[in-house]
Amino acid sequence: MRYHINYNFVWLYFDKFYWGLLLGIELAAVSILVGSVIGLVLALLYVDGPRWTRKFVTAYVEFIRNQPLLLLVYLVFYGLPTIGGFKYNNVTSFIITLSVYSGAYLVEIFRAGLDAVPKGLQDAGKAIGLTPFQRLLHVRLPTMFRVVLPALSNQFVSLFKDTSIAAVIAVPELTYAAKWLSTNKFRIIEAYSVAAPMYLITGYVIFAALRLLERKFSVRR
Amino acid sequence: MELAIESLPYLWQGLLITLAVSCVTVVLSLVLGVLLGTLVCYGPLPLRWIIIAYSDIIRGIPVIVLIFSVYYGLPPLGINLGNFTSAVVALTAFATAQVTEIVRGALQSIHFGQTEAGKAIGLGFWPRMIYVIFPQAVRRFLPTWINNVTDTVKGSALVSLVGVIDLMMSIQQVIGRVYEPMPLYIVGAMIYFAINFSLSQLSRQLETRFSYIRE
Repeated sequence: MRYHINYNFVWLYFDKFYWGLLLGIELAAVSILVGSVIGLVLALLYVDGPRWTRKFVTAYVEFIRNQPLLLLVYLVFYGLPTIGGFKYNNVTSFIITLSVYSGAYLVEIFRAGLDAVPKGLQDAGKAIGLTPFQRLLHVRLPTMFRVVLPALSNQFVSLFKDTSIAAVIAVPELTYAAKWLSTNKFRIIEAYSVAAPMYLITGYVIFAALRLLERKFSVRR
Repeated sequence: MELAIESLPYLWQGLLITLAVSCVTVVLSLVLGVLLGTLVCYGPLPLRWIIIAYSDIIRGIPVIVLIFSVYYGLPPLGINLGNFTSAVVALTAFATAQVTEIVRGALQSIHFGQTEAGKAIGLGFWPRMIYVIFPQAVRRFLPTWINNVTDTVKGSALVSLVGVIDLMMSIQQVIGRVYEPMPLYIVGAMIYFAINFSLSQLSRQLETRFSYIRE
């Protein structure tokens, strides 16, 4: 028995791959946005909040960071609805999972960023009479944002790669498309030899684009 | 709660497989990664390009796609590896690329003056590596590498998708019997947490232990 390479089926069903890729990017984008909100709030709680919040934030970060994403995806999609008495579809469930997952990583990033704001800048803010909230808004957050930008773009690319795990709960993204083509049309090699470079190239394009963006925001000294 | 405790014997076998997959992957990727990482720093130029291309390409592809490619993609080419082996091959390919980068980073972080000093007292390439560069690089390498080991343990959950009965798969199997997902997922989460948390604590300790080293 010989296997004949035939890419026709891939081109025939390329829309599945194309929309799958776009869905992957969207999932990563939404998750990093929600995750950033979670991360920023918790990082601020950690840095400025009362002592007990520190323990809470540490527990969240350590718990999530030491879990396989696959387990979290299953837990949120199959586990939570059985005790919560609510329903959501697979896309919503995956976005929730990935946001909570990325939130745990982003807390650490933002915390490091807030720590990196020079003390002199905050003192300068105090000296010109800014309230703590104004200092946060106009001094600490903008400075932090510049510091964390490279880490954020790494996180985004890594999340984009993680969206491949959504295939296990039948979210129709790129890996799911490749799996669909290989099980239904038996074009196994073709499916994966197209899907893998699509991940690779998209990842590097996103990475390069974000690098350009970083350069735009970086401060000239 | 009772269910969770009753299910533990069934998960034990799966846990062993998870540990086996992780250990094999970690050992293989350590050997290959140290070799490739050293070659990237000191090897001949075309070889460096090949290794850099390999690690950049493999790290740009999701692990799950690598596992599916090896498990489903190789048999049509006449290479039939079986699910355990193909899962390990895919995980090792990915982990090797990461370890290569960590080794490269660790070696390059050693100041060039160290090499010059080694040369100045008349050490050849290998003595210089063994007595000067590696002992210093290991301290930079270890904490990052242990973090990478936790990544491998986490990634090993993906082998359940090609039918290897690891911890993740045995959890799914027990759930298939009892229709009570939540307690079992929580037990699974606890087990993964216990493994990875102890590893990351170890990494943190090593980091503080070696933090006195500066340029």
